[in-house]
Amino acid sequence: MLGKLSFSAIPLDVPILVGTFLGVAVIGLAVLGAVTYYGKWGYLWREWLTTVDHKRLAVMYIILAIVMLFRGFADAIMMRTQLALAYNGNPGYLPPHHYDQVFSAHGTIMIFFMAMAFMTGLMNLVVPLQIGARDVAFPFLNSLSFYMTLVGALLINISLFIGEFAQCGWLVYPPLSEMQFSPGVGVDYYIWAVQIAGVGTLLTGVNFFTTIVKMRAPGMGWMQMPVFTWTAFCTTVLIMASFPVLTVTLALLSLDRYLGMHFFTNDAGGNVMLYVSMIWTWGHPEVYILVLPAFGVFSEVTATFSKKPLFGYNTMVYATCSIMVLSFVVWVHHFFTMGAGANVNTFFGIMTMIIAVPTGVKIYNWLFTMYKGRVEFTAPMYWTLGFMITFSIGGMTGVMLAMPAADWILHNSLFLIAHFHNVIIGGVYFGYIAGMGFWFPKAFGFKLNEAWGKRAFWCWFVGFYLAFVPLYILGLEGMTRRMNHYDNPDWYPWMLVAEAGAIVIACGIVCQLTQLYVSIRDRNLPENLDLTGDPWNGRTLEWSISSPPPAYNFAVIPDIHGLDTFHTEKQLGLKAHGKPLAPIHMPKNTSAGVFIGLFSFIFGFASVWYIWWLAAIGLIGIVATMILRSANRDVDYYVPVSEIEHNEEVYSRRIAAAQAAE
Amino acid sequence: MKKLWRYLPALPALMLSGCTVDLLQPRGPVAVMNRDVMVAEFVIMMLVVVPTCVATLYFAWKYRASNKEAEYLPNWDHSTAIEYVIWGVPAILIAFLGGISWWSTHAYDPYRPLQTDDNVKPLNVQVVSLDWKWLFIYPDLGIATINQLDVPTNTPLDFQITSDSVMTSFFIPRLGSMIYAMPGQQTQLHLIASAPGDYLGEASQFSGRGFSDMKFRTLAMDPAQFNDWVEKVKSGSENLDDTTYPKYAAPQEAAPVQYFAHVQPDLFDGIVAKYNNGMVVDKTTGKVMHMQSVLNAAPSDTGMKE
Repeated sequence: MLGKLSFSAIPLDVPILVGTFLGVAVIGLAVLGAVTYYGKWGYLWREWLTTVDHKRLAVMYIILAIVMLFRGFADAIMMRTQLALAYNGNPGYLPPHHYDQVFSAHGTIMIFFMAMAFMTGLMNLVVPLQIGARDVAFPFLNSLSFYMTLVGALLINISLFIGEFAQCGWLVYPPLSEMQFSPGVGVDYYIWAVQIAGVGTLLTGVNFFTTIVKMRAPGMGWMQMPVFTWTAFCTTVLIMASFPVLTVTLALLSLDRYLGMHFFTNDAGGNVMLYVSMIWTWGHPEVYILVLPAFGVFSEVTATFSKKPLFGYNTMVYATCSIMVLSFVVWVHHFFTMGAGANVNTFFGIMTMIIAVPTGVKIYNWLFTMYKGRVEFTAPMYWTLGFMITFSIGGMTGVMLAMPAADWILHNSLFLIAHFHNVIIGGVYFGYIAGMGFWFPKAFGFKLNEAWGKRAFWCWFVGFYLAFVPLYILGLEGMTRRMNHYDNPDWYPWMLVAEAGAIVIACGIVCQLTQLYVSIRDRNLPENLDLTGDPWNGRTLEWSISSPPPAYNFAVIPDIHGLDTFHTEKQLGLKAHGKPLAPIHMPKNTSAGVFIGLFSFIFGFASVWYIWWLAAIGLIGIVATMILRSANRDVDYYVPVSEIEHNEEVYSRRIAAAQAAE
Repeated sequence: MKKLWRYLPALPALMLSGCTVDLLQPRGPVAVMNRDVMVAEFVIMMLVVVPTCVATLYFAWKYRASNKEAEYLPNWDHSTAIEYVIWGVPAILIAFLGGISWWSTHAYDPYRPLQTDDNVKPLNVQVVSLDWKWLFIYPDLGIATINQLDVPTNTPLDFQITSDSVMTSFFIPRLGSMIYAMPGQQTQLHLIASAPGDYLGEASQFSGRGFSDMKFRTLAMDPAQFNDWVEKVKSGSENLDDTTYPKYAAPQEAAPVQYFAHVQPDLFDGIVAKYNNGMVVDKTTGKVMHMQSVLNAAPSDTGMKE
């Protein structure tokens, strides 16, 4: 009846998990209670859960990303603490069974549910606004994508309390992840969480690709597109090309596990390296899926706060596109130690190094954007400068690893761990946080607190170096990744330093939470309010409308005459538009995404536990909801001119109030 | 010059801790090459990274909004000359590093046999990764060990590597390059230990519960001592053959060192063949052979059984 599921699947014997469960339950009940107490269920359902508005989906994505950051970071600090203790015969406090789940979950959550969700959130918020569109091409699909990501995140977190998570690393290499070596449900949780979230990501890719290709404001050619939109565009191409590979790879692994097939098993013709090769065919482009939008953020932030156009726009676009192409021909550098021939290794090594050229060019473009500018040291600019330095170092160690002869001794060492945290924290995370600070006023109509933002930056910056420079050194001392305990006295002091770094980063996260709290508390102070919709004297279209923008974004679709049209018009004192208002065609909210998400969750959970009747209900539910949604013709409405006029008038008054205040 | 290479990069780390930095203190020609390539790359890249970081801070400071002295060009966004430089300099650098990459990858391909100046006969070692220990078979000597690898110095070591469990990686940091151990496949690695010593050996690809203790000591000693050691092992009583092998191959954490005085000659081939329907490629002839080992009779398709 319940497949593999029984009461023994609940880890009541692990105090850490019981404590975590109680904590999560208390917070969850408090949130639900608060929503009930204030009578906000209707509001939440109508305005948020069923929304197809890209801006609200963006907010929900970023909230998800922040929650997942806590989870992923909790895993990180647990690992660091384990290794600060488990020295010289001391087993530490995490036995291998638990520790192996922690590092597997850390990687999976940080990449799929923190970084991907954050990236998708920023793209959702910014791309339609930057290209002068009223929504994305497929608004319902956008809502569906969010729920798919959410379901993946839920599944992976449920594995904490019911059953177990995978114990074979964030990419679950076979044969360790095959039934023979991992008979538990951990790998199945991984498979279904990532598969379901992967569908969501693929749909996001299709959606934003179409949006950018088809929905740019009149006059906005390719080379008039803002750089962030360019990077988002390249990311969507990478998503569309690489995520199907991930889906297939994991599907083959599930065939092995569920139906006893032999794609990646040790015997009967299975080939482990086939999996490794396929997963990295997705995995390497994935890195650029994450980092390209961060590059886009830095471009916008540097130009805006240097009060100059971006240096070398064309170069930046070409560099982004060449990274996009090159990212597909480097995946073998993840397994130079497989024993491939020298020519193969050399080819992939050199291709990898070549990526450093366009990436280096980008750094110099930001450098020369500051050159002869008026650099304003806002918190987003702090993150950007911190990025430029940290990422240069991370890029350097990346080139070191790209050399097969060096990778043969650095592969799988803590040096490698330090390298990719160097680029993912220093590049991706710093970028997303800079972007969040930069566009926060656009989403909410008030700015984030600067002082706490800068404190958060310093903690992260210092904490990062404290936590990861020791890992570089440990790598050189021959320490491999994923160790649970050790007895080498040379490694111990560095592990303590790394632990201290993790604690400093924890302070950074506390600062970020405080920043959110303080900013919300002080949102109505005049210096925090964004009345004009253009708090930073911005260059691109998103700053030409009110903050937060109306659901339809643009009362009148702007005409574009070149790069940074909005900025040019401001300089010339032109009014953005004089066209007559017309009713605006908009999509209606829908609950179909919520229900498909719900049924997907049922399907995923049931599949993990082999509860096949329940999986069938989930599958039927998904298909039935799809059919009902397709049959529904009542999916759109028109915003009447009177409402647009009213909104425009309110906006004009706010601008007037802001000007009067100056 | 060679001395300089050796101590320059190690200096800061050594000053900080006074401990062994395995990858910077190699004990074999392969590891020396690995280290030199890595250090050369580091130094070359630093030539670019340091000025870039300095320029970042300098530009940000010099052109800060409050510095009204500095020149301000609000519309300047292009310079062909600068663009040539920022594309050209990294490209030249990468071309140079690409050259090093080509040379080192070919010259020190782990599959490429090594030679000593005095043409010492290579020592064959067959490595089998197990859960969670290492089995070393010396096919020419007819002995084997678990979790301890004894090798003569200044002798080419020809490793043939496979796994009888999950995939992992065979790595002795102070001797150099690592290579994966994969079930049903034979990989090769060639190393030389140039000085006697006790070096850490490890599995560097996570392989499950007992991974952290999947370590072995690599004892490099001069050839005479090595011969004594071989005799000592041969005088033991343990045998490793089709009947005893399954017992030793069973999963075990923190396995103790073990010596085997006698090893069934085709054991390694049998382990490889087990995953290939009894077939194995002979390393010397390149021909596919069929193995008649009892190992093959073991049910290999345990996939769905717990």
